[in-house]
Amino acid sequence: MPAESQQPLVEIRSLSVTFGRQGVLRNINLKIPAGQTLAIIGESGCGKTVLLKSIVGLVRPTSGSVLFDGHDLSVLGDKELTSLRIRFGFVFQGAALFDSMTVAQNVAFPLHQHTQRPEREIRRIVIERLGEVGLPQSVVSKKPAELSGGMRKRVGLARALALDPELMLYDEPTTGLDPVMSDVINQLMVNTRTRHPVTSIVVTHDMRTAHKVADRVVMLEPLSRLEAGDSQILYDGPPERIESSRDQRVIDFVRGEAGTRLTEMAAAREARD
Amino acid sequence: MATGSNIPLPDERGIVGRLIGTAADWVADVGAVVIGWVTAVGDVSLFVLRTLRWLFTRMPRKETLLPSFYQVGVRSLPVVALTGTFIGMTLAVQSYSQFRAIGLATRLGAVINMTLFRELGPVLAATMLAGRVGSAIAAELGTMRVTEQIDALSTMGANPVHYLVVPRFLACLLLIPALTVMADFMGVVGGALYSTSILNIDSFHYWNNSQHLVGLFDLYSGVFKSLFFGAAIALISCHRGFHCDPGAEGVGRAATASFVYSFVTILVLNLFLDIGLDAFYRMVWPDAAPLV
Repeated sequence: MPAESQQPLVEIRSLSVTFGRQGVLRNINLKIPAGQTLAIIGESGCGKTVLLKSIVGLVRPTSGSVLFDGHDLSVLGDKELTSLRIRFGFVFQGAALFDSMTVAQNVAFPLHQHTQRPEREIRRIVIERLGEVGLPQSVVSKKPAELSGGMRKRVGLARALALDPELMLYDEPTTGLDPVMSDVINQLMVNTRTRHPVTSIVVTHDMRTAHKVADRVVMLEPLSRLEAGDSQILYDGPPERIESSRDQRVIDFVRGEAGTRLTEMAAAREARD
Repeated sequence: MATGSNIPLPDERGIVGRLIGTAADWVADVGAVVIGWVTAVGDVSLFVLRTLRWLFTRMPRKETLLPSFYQVGVRSLPVVALTGTFIGMTLAVQSYSQFRAIGLATRLGAVINMTLFRELGPVLAATMLAGRVGSAIAAELGTMRVTEQIDALSTMGANPVHYLVVPRFLACLLLIPALTVMADFMGVVGGALYSTSILNIDSFHYWNNSQHLVGLFDLYSGVFKSLFFGAAIALISCHRGFHCDPGAEGVGRAATASFVYSFVTILVLNLFLDIGLDAFYRMVWPDAAPLV
């Protein structure tokens, strides 16, 4: 195998992120090879979204570094970072569509920003991307406020795919959707990977999403629940083996069981009283 | 424990110990406030520098500039004109009895027009801009921050400062002179109408005195000051929007803070610009005639 192909597309080295006095991520090390779909799971507040935003340079590391295709994002200036971000596609939790623009203008936004293509060609790409996520041509002139939550997520996905990115990042793609629409979004993520040679990182707490789309699952634990020196990564492996983990915290999360949490809460209440 | 037993409990400290403790707390509080201020000033300075850098690096596209110009210029014009008219009339009402008492009622035009050109026109236009446009900018950008639209811009390789701040900055900077002139004009019209029609001041003397005592410098100095006010309003409002706290409460606070900070900055800037312009005026025209 040539040396180039062994280099991971994304490499996270000893990443720590602290906001004020509150630590969110501590000494995270991950290598994500090209073509892999990684699901990052964990309970609310464990730092999944902060990790995802660190990967695109939206959150600067307190220490450590994030490398994309060998480039250390933390040392890049605004312009270098901007040109590198063209290779990313980010699907936000609430879709983050621009309210003042129509669906077509939203999807065309990255094309207008970074290409000199004629308007007709841009319109063709917009219709094609919207078709890929199962949206009819009739939505192009609608404003985001006129769309349902699932439609907004799909427009967000179409917009993220507009420039054929190498790395797709999904932040809680199924949160707030009904089970059917959640499955539609999961299937669209699988289809995206089939159609485009893309590496994906999916932040989720929906185990069905992790099982359906991921080749690898990483589970994080909130720092507030860890002792000094404990690893924040509780599980790193294939999704089909996660239920055989020996860590009870992983099993509780996967099965959606409160576990020792209720007794901890009762003890905390007693200590307060 | 050995370490714990060495620390005296609060009630075991003597009066000197308590005084030292209180003084230390006070120093810590003052230090925290100073650190907060220095951080805020540094943050705003970096924001201004980033805006200026993008302003001179690449001009925004026409599609982003025109809506900002429309919002700031066209939509603000009626309210600025209306308030300008009423301020002109109010000046006439307030000044008339004072000037009539010393037999100088015909100088009312000069007083009203000079006050409008130098002070009230620019400050009024800037206040209306801060209230109507500045708060809207802070609320709009704050909502974009809260709903991750600003992050979305970044991830799509569009610099948020270049895309969102520069067009609003240019609109406020370039259109506030026009709004100031409109406030001046409508104030002059309102003041003249009230003085000559209601207060029955002789129209010839009203305008003649005004023409002799109010010069182009008065108009230009007001317009010149307005440039600083426009720049301050845009930068403060955009900065507040970009640093909005999460939630509806955060957006509301950003909008309010944008107006309050802009208004205070306008008044402070106005004082220092007046001092500078007054010194300049005396240097260039040392023998200029007094108003009365």
